[in-house]
Amino acid sequence: MSVILEARNLVRDYHIPGGLLKKAKTVHALKGVSFSVEQGKTLAIVGESGCGKSTLGRILTLIDPATSGELLIEGKKIDIAKGDMTPEMRRKVQIVFQNPYGSLNPRQKIGDILMEPLVINTDTPADERRDRAMTMLKKVGLTELHFNRYPHMFSGGQRQRIAIARALMLNPKLLVLDEPVSALDLSVQAQVLNLLADLQDELKLTYVFISHDLSVVRYIADDVMVMYFGEAVEYGSRDEVFADPKHSYTKTLFAATPRADVESIKARLAKKKQAA
Amino acid sequence: MALLEIENLVVEFQTASGPFRAVNGVSMKVHEGEVLAIVGESGSGKSVSMLAAMGLLPWTAKVTADKLTFNGRDLLGMSANERRKIVGKDIAMIFQEPIASLNPCFTVGFQIEEVLRVHMGLDKAARRKRAIELFEAVGIPDPAERLGHYPHQMSGGQCQRVMIAIAIACNPKLLIADEPTTALDVTIQKQILDLLMKLQAEHRMGLIMITHNMGVVAETADRVVVQYKGRKMEEADVLTLFENPKSNYTRALLAALPDNATGDRLPTISELFVDEGAAQ
Repeated sequence: MSVILEARNLVRDYHIPGGLLKKAKTVHALKGVSFSVEQGKTLAIVGESGCGKSTLGRILTLIDPATSGELLIEGKKIDIAKGDMTPEMRRKVQIVFQNPYGSLNPRQKIGDILMEPLVINTDTPADERRDRAMTMLKKVGLTELHFNRYPHMFSGGQRQRIAIARALMLNPKLLVLDEPVSALDLSVQAQVLNLLADLQDELKLTYVFISHDLSVVRYIADDVMVMYFGEAVEYGSRDEVFADPKHSYTKTLFAATPRADVESIKARLAKKKQAA
Repeated sequence: MALLEIENLVVEFQTASGPFRAVNGVSMKVHEGEVLAIVGESGSGKSVSMLAAMGLLPWTAKVTADKLTFNGRDLLGMSANERRKIVGKDIAMIFQEPIASLNPCFTVGFQIEEVLRVHMGLDKAARRKRAIELFEAVGIPDPAERLGHYPHQMSGGQCQRVMIAIAIACNPKLLIADEPTTALDVTIQKQILDLLMKLQAEHRMGLIMITHNMGVVAETADRVVVQYKGRKMEEADVLTLFENPKSNYTRALLAALPDNATGDRLPTISELFVDEGAAQ
């Protein structure tokens, strides 16, 4: 198996400039994170808001440079701070955002949304762009009829399908999914998770799945990394992490996740009866 | 006697394309000291039925019911003035987005003291004393100093604690929590749920939890109502619902939980559940 993505000791600091009354401050958003993902696998990154998940997502998608550390995609070192980015490199990583109501331009038709990455990154002719957008629509479970519609005509789950389709237009190797199902209903969440699994099998995609929902992570991930205040406090295969969490934060996280099984309900009701 | 009794509640909205029925004949009861969870997907009418009971819907909504009473008093027939004396005092509500439901222009202290002034008629010193007590009760550190803070100076979890403090300020008999933890991290969610359950037990409040998270239902509820497209699909106590769900919809909902996944694909609700009522 070839390693698609490798991060070595990634660090990201944000400098907050001071003013007349305030001293300048440095926020350490990422404090040296290392991991690697093989082709066709899913790495889940778990943590609470403010732990650096999204900062990491921005570095992986080549939006922000890392302050120090190395990022290798398909074994090739990439440093966007140096400004040597080519469209070929950009094409390899794409992102799907959390909120499908905010990530699609309300003034663009679905077809234009899907073709835009091709316009920007490639010189594909117009009729081929259209064909590829149509094929992609069908691949994510929509129909050709949806090509000329606007985002407001779709439900949340359908919009997330469109966002996934847009991310796949450039045939990326790696897809960063930033909480892709946390804005969706339970039934729709199941459909989108199934779609992601189907696409991964078909296109041999590699996923970095950012989430705070442990039940989803347990279902979809091969490897899990738990982050806490910019550090990776736990990193291992899914079964290792779930069976034997080592760090106290991971344990807290597991304990805080609501359980929906009959035994836990029985235990809770018994406790309540005792207290009354 | 039940605290809140709803029988055959129907809510219709006037839209450009004719009336839209958001709630279609829902009945439920909540007793004192009981936790009732209302579960459903977005658009199932779970929030709308509670807003109807509180009289908070816009004028485009048409609310009818065979019975809609709180503590034996008819909520539909009473004047707006009378209802305002109950809503916010005896029935209180916590909303989903804590940061959006607080007014950004006023300090949290002002907002909690406003409730105490309007409903309890306390004087300035007594209001402040009670506000500090309430902040302590919901676990906000440094309550005296925190009263002077604005919502943007607090985190999401802290804002939700302020919302809860405002809701319980007048010792309500019934608390309605509309997705109180959906916008929060799991660790904060746990703290907020524990806090709600503690306050509920201490004050013997009736508590209605509106949620779409089956985990939250399992951790809090005594009894559960499952709604789908404005209709009540099932009502059962929490153990029966999870152990032996009667309706096909509930079964499909439980099967779609990633926790219960058996194969490498999740069963989806549309595969398992055919909506017989939609053909009507």
